[in-house]
This record gives sequence, C-alpha cells and structure tokens, in this order.
Amino acid sequence: MRKVAVVGIGETRFTAAQEKTEVELFAEAAMDALNESNLKPKDIQALYLGNCLGDFSEGQGMVQCFAAENIGAFNIPASRFEGACASASMAVRDAFMWVASGFYDIVLAGGVERAASMGTPLATRTFAMFSDSRYEYPSGITFPAIFALLTHLYARKYDIPLARLKEQMAITSVQAYKYGMLNPKAHFHKEVTVEQVLNSFMVCLPLQLHDCCPFSDGAAAIVLASEEVAKRLTNKPVYIIGTGQASAGPLCNQKDYLPRLRSRELSAERAYNMAGIKPEDVDIAEIHDCFSVANLIAAEGLGFFEFGKSGEAWERGEADIGGKVAINLSGGLKAKGHPIGATGAGQVYEIVKQLRGEVEHGRQAPEPKIGLTDTLGGDGGTLCNLILQRGW
Amino acid sequence: MEYKLTFKEYNEALKKDKLLGLKCKECGKINVPPKMVCGQCTSLDMEVVELSGKGNIQTFTTVFVAPEGREAEAPYTIVMVELDEGPWIAGNLIDIDPGKVTMELIGKRVKLGHKVFPGDKYSAGDMARPLFSFES
Repeated sequence: MRKVAVVGIGETRFTAAQEKTEVELFAEAAMDALNESNLKPKDIQALYLGNCLGDFSEGQGMVQCFAAENIGAFNIPASRFEGACASASMAVRDAFMWVASGFYDIVLAGGVERAASMGTPLATRTFAMFSDSRYEYPSGITFPAIFALLTHLYARKYDIPLARLKEQMAITSVQAYKYGMLNPKAHFHKEVTVEQVLNSFMVCLPLQLHDCCPFSDGAAAIVLASEEVAKRLTNKPVYIIGTGQASAGPLCNQKDYLPRLRSRELSAERAYNMAGIKPEDVDIAEIHDCFSVANLIAAEGLGFFEFGKSGEAWERGEADIGGKVAINLSGGLKAKGHPIGATGAGQVYEIVKQLRGEVEHGRQAPEPKIGLTDTLGGDGGTLCNLILQRGW
Repeated sequence: MEYKLTFKEYNEALKKDKLLGLKCKECGKINVPPKMVCGQCTSLDMEVVELSGKGNIQTFTTVFVAPEGREAEAPYTIVMVELDEGPWIAGNLIDIDPGKVTMELIGKRVKLGHKVFPGDKYSAGDMARPLFSFES
C-alpha cells in the first residue's frame, strides 16, 4: 500500500435550513478544496461522495454524478456512500484505499446533506430509517430515543445516579458550545450553561434539547493524493495513517455489549493497528457527539478514558485543550452541526486544519501531530474511524 | 434457500399476541427477531418456536418529539425487555404515565401484547409491535 495524503480541504458553513441545493453546496466545498490543492477539476480521477437523504430532502437521487459534472470533473467514476451519519467517513475511507492501492493518484471525497431543510418531523422520520424498519421502528423509535435508551443503560451499568450523569453529559454540551462559538463554520454561535442544558425542553427522556445535536445543511470536500503527487502539490501534507470500519445489526441484538458499541471498538482497533499507534498517542479527536451521552460512550470505546469514567474526565478538563486528548474543538456535531452525509468529511476538515495550525485563536490545539475522527451511523450499524498525521 | 421465519409470518403471529422466534438446534440459542442464520453459531438448522413473551425491562425512554405522521402518539414510552428465553426486544409500555417514568422501571416484570402501527408511505404496509404491560 502507498502512503496517502490530504492535499486540500473545503467546507461550507454548517447551517439551519437554507436554499442552496446539494449540488451547489458540494460545489462550493469542492472548489475550495481543489484551489487549496493547486489542482483543476480535470485532475480528479474519481469522486466518493457521502449523501444520505437527498432523495427525501430535495428529491435528488444519484447526486454524486450531478456534483461531478457540475464542478467540471466530466465523466469521472462517481460513487455515493450511504452509511447514515457515517456516510462521508466511509467515502473518505474508500477514497483512501483506492489511492493506497495504486489504482488512482488523485481523488475527491466528501459529503453533502440538507438535513435541516427537511424540517424536524420529516428529518426525525427519515433518520429513524437507520434503525430496523421492521423490528424497531413500529415502536416509534427515533434517534434521540436510541441514545436515551443507552443513557439509562449507562447509568445502571456504571452505577451513576441519573442526575449526576446528566450533569456530566451537560458539561460535554457546554464544552461543545464553547468551541462552536469560536468556529466560523459552526451552526451555533452561542454560549450555553449547564443550567440551560438541564432546563431545556425534553426531547426523549432523559435527553433534553441541549443534549441533542441539530439537523444541519452543509458540505465538506477532501482531496486525497498519493505521497509522490502530494509532495509536488503541498509542503503541508496530512497523511491518513489508519482507517477502520465495522458494522452491527439491530440495537437489541447488540445486547451483550450495550451501552458499549462493539462496532466502534472493532473499527477503532483496526484503525489503531493500521496506524501502529495507541489511544494515548492521539492529540486531538473529532468524535460523534450526536447526543451528549454519545460523547461518553465514544470516548470510552476509543480507549481515551476508562469505561464509566468519561463524565469525570470531562469535568476535570481531560477532554479539553491541555488534557489527555482535546475533543471536538470544532464544536462537534452538537455546535458545529450535523449535515449527516457530510459530517465525517467535516471532521476530517477540522483535523487537517488543526494539524496545520490554521484554526481560530482559542480553539487551536498546541502543535498537534496526530488526530482521529470517529463517525457513527445508525444505532451502531456503521462505525468508521480515520487517523491522520502531520507530514512535515 | 428459503427464509425460515419471515417478517410476514412473525407479524401475523404478533397480531395474535404470539411471539415467534427461531431456536438453534446446534447451540440452543433463541433468535428474535428471526434471522437467516443463528446469531450465536451461524447454523442454518433452526426451528420456529413460540416464546413466553415475558421478561424484565432493561431500559426505557419516553418520546416527546415524534417522527412525521406519528405526532398524535406522543408522548409514548419505549422499553427494551430481556425475555425469559434470553433475547432483548423493543416495544411500547402501557399502564404508566409516559411523562413520569423513572429508573425504577428497570427490572420490572412485563408481559407481551401487541399494537399495530398502521404504516406510512415509506413502511410497505402495517406492522405490529410488542405492547408490554406489567405482569401482575
């Protein structure tokens, strides 16, 4: 396998409902990524695009082909990836493998979604399609409901009084909002206190509004190139040194591990092994905080903190700059936003920016060398991890 | 190869308050919902069995923000129940105030009934789901 580098990145702001189409949003992100790479559309050999719900949000299927043509990458092979909220991470991972294999030298990966444009009722319905349609959805399951079920399991398994756990969860939301404030690409620019989290309206017991990420619109794009090509294009290549992906069936069938998600632990193990590193080597991470409790479950599954102890780690600042691993300095899904088919590429965008030392004052980690992304689709159905390393 | 216990058969049985699963003849595991192969040993050699429908609540939530088309159902409580035969299944819980459920629900004994979700334009038909009530 050849070494593969990120040579250019682009991202729209993640927002509430807006009027640009998916093709338009992705084109904006893609052109920024191409311009950064000093490449032209004709240089792109293939497109790997995450998109989940375009069929529902704007009646657009097969968006990847229209997107490729729209940016002038005429007639290239274009593939769409659908792994719920992990779609774009899968797209980046596959793009990595095709370049690593030697089949292509330069490819474009990314994702686009208009989740906010759908409005909450339709978005809630379509997101629920990523649970089991026959054996879970008839009970009225929704994604907040799944993580609410996991919250109660977490409280019981680790013997943490629910009120105490909810305070710990609220602290993760407060940290996310703090960094979203400083990120011009973030959906939310507001400060939120623990008290406000705990007084926000109930979505799915015990998850309240500020425990939940928003539905967002947005796009992100990543140009990947072989090491040889990358050295010609940039003096700041960021190498993808490890990837992992895993799957799982319906939530009830995962009972032997819950609230841990086996698919994450396998995916992360594969990524760490490929990279030849350990969790303690990771300086910064963008993790899948779709709900506050998901922060705790993810940070433990990734090996950052002991099982049942993540909440305490957040309280001590161990998940912040200066702690063990700086988590979600972008604001995360909670504050940066969650345009689901684009989210994973947005995480890669943030890690690359951080490794290059290019983010805004106040949220830049001090000279990070290794960053990790963690993206979850469905109720553990898809997990994908990427590990990136500064190449200079 | 024929699928041993389809959703259609499972669904029709559940509409009569009968919970069907597959018992593996190799390792003895009970599989609910039904699958092509045993979830424990991947054997194809499984037989259809009727389960007790009784078990313990493992976790719960009450949904206040419902999906499109199901707004009138909210708030409703979802539970995950460990059946006496081992598997976990999800369903709704009745005989409680959905807004006032607490951690005390965990461990409570329940028995199975059913309620039909009439379906929507995406669901390819109606579907029954377990409707649990307290055993005693």
